[in-house]
Amino acid sequence: MLTNARLLAYIAVMAAVTYLIRMLPLVCFRKKITNVFVQSFLYYVPYAVLGAMTVPAIFYSTSYTLSAVAGLLAAVFFAYKEKSLLYVAVAASAVVFVAERLIELFLV
Amino acid sequence: MSGEKKNLWRQGLQDGLPIGLGYFSVAFTFGLEAVALGLPLWAPVLISMTNVTSAGQFAGLSIIAALGSLVELALAQLVINLRYALMSLSLSQKLDETVRLRDRFLIAFVNTDEVFAVAAGRPGEVGRVYMFGLITAPYIGWALGTLCGACIGDFLPPSLASALGIAIYGMFLAIIIPPAKKNRAVVLAIAIAVALSCLFRWLPALSGVGSGFVIIICTLVAAAAAAVIFPVKEATADAD
Repeated sequence: MLTNARLLAYIAVMAAVTYLIRMLPLVCFRKKITNVFVQSFLYYVPYAVLGAMTVPAIFYSTSYTLSAVAGLLAAVFFAYKEKSLLYVAVAASAVVFVAERLIELFLV
Repeated sequence: MSGEKKNLWRQGLQDGLPIGLGYFSVAFTFGLEAVALGLPLWAPVLISMTNVTSAGQFAGLSIIAALGSLVELALAQLVINLRYALMSLSLSQKLDETVRLRDRFLIAFVNTDEVFAVAAGRPGEVGRVYMFGLITAPYIGWALGTLCGACIGDFLPPSLASALGIAIYGMFLAIIIPPAKKNRAVVLAIAIAVALSCLFRWLPALSGVGSGFVIIICTLVAAAAAAVIFPVKEATADAD
């Protein structure tokens, strides 16, 4: 049985583990790191993380792979044109929406 | 607040708005699913307000629903969320001297994938006022989305939910592609990470590895390879 006390214990454990993972590196490393390799490594981390999280997950983020490909192409195009984050996100969503209506009209 | 501070806060808030909007729809699904699994209304809202992470929360939900052990829950969160340690470490090098120790405790609380990505993509260092502006909309969007999902039930039509599913990835691409245009090393880091991540997804022998581990392995290998091949000479060699 899932009592409220048990539920609160679950939530407390989740929150504590997640917070410690985020907090410790941010609080412990307050000085600038001077090692060139570590510096370079940390410089590339955001690009690597976002690349790995986007592909191939993006292909599974919508109802059809085909509409996801259309959305991906639109996002790459507008990102390459250096449009804002919101612009690229909304444009990709709009292209997916239209593509899915077309897919349902002609293919499904 | 002085004019300059106000301006920085507004900039942060503005940069956080698309994140907040994206979070609203994801958190909405989380609220829906939690209530559908039989949790009381307050539980998903409390989880969202204390965890602020999507993958970890969804995984936690399934363990709670299965009445799993607390150790199992803690281990799952550790593995899925370990990538945040890398992001926090990277972010720790990006904060300027206006960020006090107590600010770091607060910023860490909302250091999500997207908040980190936007902060990392900003040229130069980032200060406390900008960071506080940046985390405002995502936090509100995450909490409010969960509450609405838990309360209203199935409200978002599936066609709209599907289209919004790609929004967060569109944002990621908008962050990484402009700097990649000007920097071959960034292209290399992205290419290695993407190739590895595809291998883990599509090679049957590797597809059993959990998604949290996959992100960590891809990031470690790609960032290390790029750092060896193209070392960055100065800490301020940002994005261009």
